[in-house]
Amino acid sequence: MSEWSGSKRGIEGYETRASRITLANRVFIASFMMIGSTYLLLIFGMLLADVLYVFEQSLGKARNSSHFWASLISDNPIAVSLRDPKIQYSIWLSMISCTLSAIGSVAFAVPLGYVLSRIPFRGRNLVDAFLDIPIVLPPLIVGLSLLILFQFAPFKWAARSIVYQVPGVILAQWAVSCAYAVRTMKMTFDQINPRCEQVAISLGCTRFQAFAWVTFPEAKLGLLTAFTLAWARSLGEFGPLLIFAGATRMKTEVLSTSVFLEMNVGNIEGAVAVSLLMIFTSIVVLMITRWASNQSAEEKASVKL
Amino acid sequence: MICLDDVSLNAGAFRLKGIHLLIPTGDYGVLMGKTGAGKTSILEAIIGFTSLTAGSITLSGRDVTRENPALRGIGYLPQDGALFSTMTVEENLAFALRVRKVEKKRIVARVKDLAELMGIGHLLSRRTHGLSGGERQRVALGRALAFEPSILCLDEPLSALDSETREQILQLLVTIHKMKGVTTLHVTHDLGEAATLADRLFRLVDGKVEMLNTA
Repeated sequence: MSEWSGSKRGIEGYETRASRITLANRVFIASFMMIGSTYLLLIFGMLLADVLYVFEQSLGKARNSSHFWASLISDNPIAVSLRDPKIQYSIWLSMISCTLSAIGSVAFAVPLGYVLSRIPFRGRNLVDAFLDIPIVLPPLIVGLSLLILFQFAPFKWAARSIVYQVPGVILAQWAVSCAYAVRTMKMTFDQINPRCEQVAISLGCTRFQAFAWVTFPEAKLGLLTAFTLAWARSLGEFGPLLIFAGATRMKTEVLSTSVFLEMNVGNIEGAVAVSLLMIFTSIVVLMITRWASNQSAEEKASVKL
Repeated sequence: MICLDDVSLNAGAFRLKGIHLLIPTGDYGVLMGKTGAGKTSILEAIIGFTSLTAGSITLSGRDVTRENPALRGIGYLPQDGALFSTMTVEENLAFALRVRKVEKKRIVARVKDLAELMGIGHLLSRRTHGLSGGERQRVALGRALAFEPSILCLDEPLSALDSETREQILQLLVTIHKMKGVTTLHVTHDLGEAATLADRLFRLVDGKVEMLNTA
């Protein structure tokens, strides 16, 4: 046994060394966890602060009122916002525009993700990288670029019914959310065994039949993830909307615009109340996405050989 | 009959040149070679997933060099089985027949026969998740045989199995070949497998196919 190995019992200092290693390992894990938890605390703190703020406001109003409980329920900022026809309009427009933009996103993401995942062609990597542009571009620039695009034919001819109109809201949301859906769908198709499709072709299928009967059904959880991600992305869209669709009340106002407009008129309570609605929606979306990806991971894990 | 005449192909890292290979009708051909020698590329060229840079492929007397894989009529069994995981075992077995728009009654009867032959009658209504390795290969083999192909291509069908299951599937392959007499190309790196099955044994070394025996 070499005197350097240090792994043999009886060598002087073995116990000390062992306990030092144990201690060092503990310190390492504890310090990483502490650094990580600082960020977690920030996220948690932000959400909690919003809830506390609204609660505090409601309580303050209720105390001044003669009917404490009735006032707590009906005068709290969330209830007030929900009664406001402007906010009601913005909720409806958000739901409709996000859903349409998410449908549009997956409609393009499925073929695009499939081509990028399965069909080799010259410049595929370049196209792949190009599709990241809407994700990394500053949001305001996306809006501005859309606006400029609609100065040119043939877009110019449709500008009147799109720019600063409801379709503009959907287009601006879609322009960004589609990129996220494409990423998700490409990843989904990458994870599906291409052999299955080849077997289907050898059994007599056209490529479309192999796609529709074999690959697409396997991609359905990925499709759900892409849809919810695109939906959530659309809900949070603001910069491009502001420039391309404007922030006109009862016209192109969606929830993120509402937060901005409420802040602008000094109604912080209203802004926070709308924010809470959006936070709640985002958490639901997050849960759906998580559930879908866990499901598909479980399905993959149960395939034994 | 499977006949490769002076075939050259590039598939990724592989450059195979001047490949000759002949398996007469009804024979069981085994192609051996080390992992990474390009065995699978040859198989894929026959099935039609890899296009040739030179030479020609003839199957059952028909030149299929430029034919679409869907028209070649080859039963294909990949190493991992590649079962359709959103379908039941029954739907997997019926797939080729459904594609061919065979009458429903005939599909049901055919699937029943196949399941019996493969020893998977009790699994028909199961999804493919959770099937054992041996069961998966039985389903995959049944699926490949469903449309009574004249050619069968097997890509290391036993290499992912434990030794007991491997022996069972090996016997199944022997039985089925005796019964159906389908012209088969079986790719493997295992000499034992090759010795049990092969009417004709080939070896792929340094991008060349050598014939080792004739039955």
